[in-house]
Amino acid sequence: MDTSHTQQVILITGSSRGIGLYLTHYYLNAGHIVIGCSRSELSIEHQNYQHFSLDVASEIDVKSLFSSIRKRHKRLDVLINNAGIAAMNHAMLTPLSTVEKIFSTNVFASFLFCREAVKLMRKNQYGRIVNFSTVAVPFALEGEAIYAASKSAVESLTQTLAKEFSEFGVTVNAIGPTPIQTDLIKNVPDDKLNKLLEKQSIKRFGEMADVSNVIDFYIKPESSFITGQILYLGGA
Amino acid sequence: MITNQQIIALIYSAIDELNATREGEQVVKDENTALYGSASLLDSVDLVNLLLTLEELLEDELEVEYVIANEKALSQKNSPFKTIDTLATYLTNALNEQ
Repeated sequence: MDTSHTQQVILITGSSRGIGLYLTHYYLNAGHIVIGCSRSELSIEHQNYQHFSLDVASEIDVKSLFSSIRKRHKRLDVLINNAGIAAMNHAMLTPLSTVEKIFSTNVFASFLFCREAVKLMRKNQYGRIVNFSTVAVPFALEGEAIYAASKSAVESLTQTLAKEFSEFGVTVNAIGPTPIQTDLIKNVPDDKLNKLLEKQSIKRFGEMADVSNVIDFYIKPESSFITGQILYLGGA
Repeated sequence: MITNQQIIALIYSAIDELNATREGEQVVKDENTALYGSASLLDSVDLVNLLLTLEELLEDELEVEYVIANEKALSQKNSPFKTIDTLATYLTNALNEQ
């Protein structure tokens, strides 16, 4: 399927804030159809935007979302699995309920969306899935054991699903952003963030455009031979 | 009440869709046609595509949301995916039990 000059149908999870909100505006401005979802209602008014308020880890909610996409658009070209939560704390002070919550959103929801997305994408033998990891995985950052473990699971999913989905013309890749000034890190002390930046090859915060640049690369039709890759920003 | 004939008709529609994408031998629409195992023309990807198309048809034609390859189906001693007939019987029973 040649989608190089056509309008694509893009699903972005966690579209109400941070990177997800930026990507929603970015791909709408590029002329694509964007379907977003988050727990909250979203107030983007755009003829090419449709929002679903749901729990990304609810199988019923997610299946219903994909059923709506299938009936309305008959296809899905791109899934950007952006929804994620973080909790930074010493392992000894981390309750199991926090671990379950993080894995539920970061791992189980990512899997659910990948599984349902490929069902739709297989029809056109074309699809691009982009998952979200983090530099906390290669850096093995103290205080981020559970967050990094959940994202390690996302990386493993990415690499294995890349193999399972290749027969359907679907690529699966992941981006590992550095800290970007969003809600996700608003409670992390400055000295911790500065220590983290010191570990990067390029010692600065990431920008939203750094993220969209990588996603643009992954989702363009010419990237049909790029799959199972994890790309870290900043030289992790 | 969903009938066996309704399910067989949907399986045949799913096979039509599968055959449209096949370059080799076409899958015969017969209740004894093997879907799984050495007697089957379908490879694992064909079977996945067939079951997913069938799930969509169940939703579109009968307004039933059902995951066919669920734990119950996969744990049965005699696989319900063996032939069109066994799949239809399994699905008819499972959907009417819901």
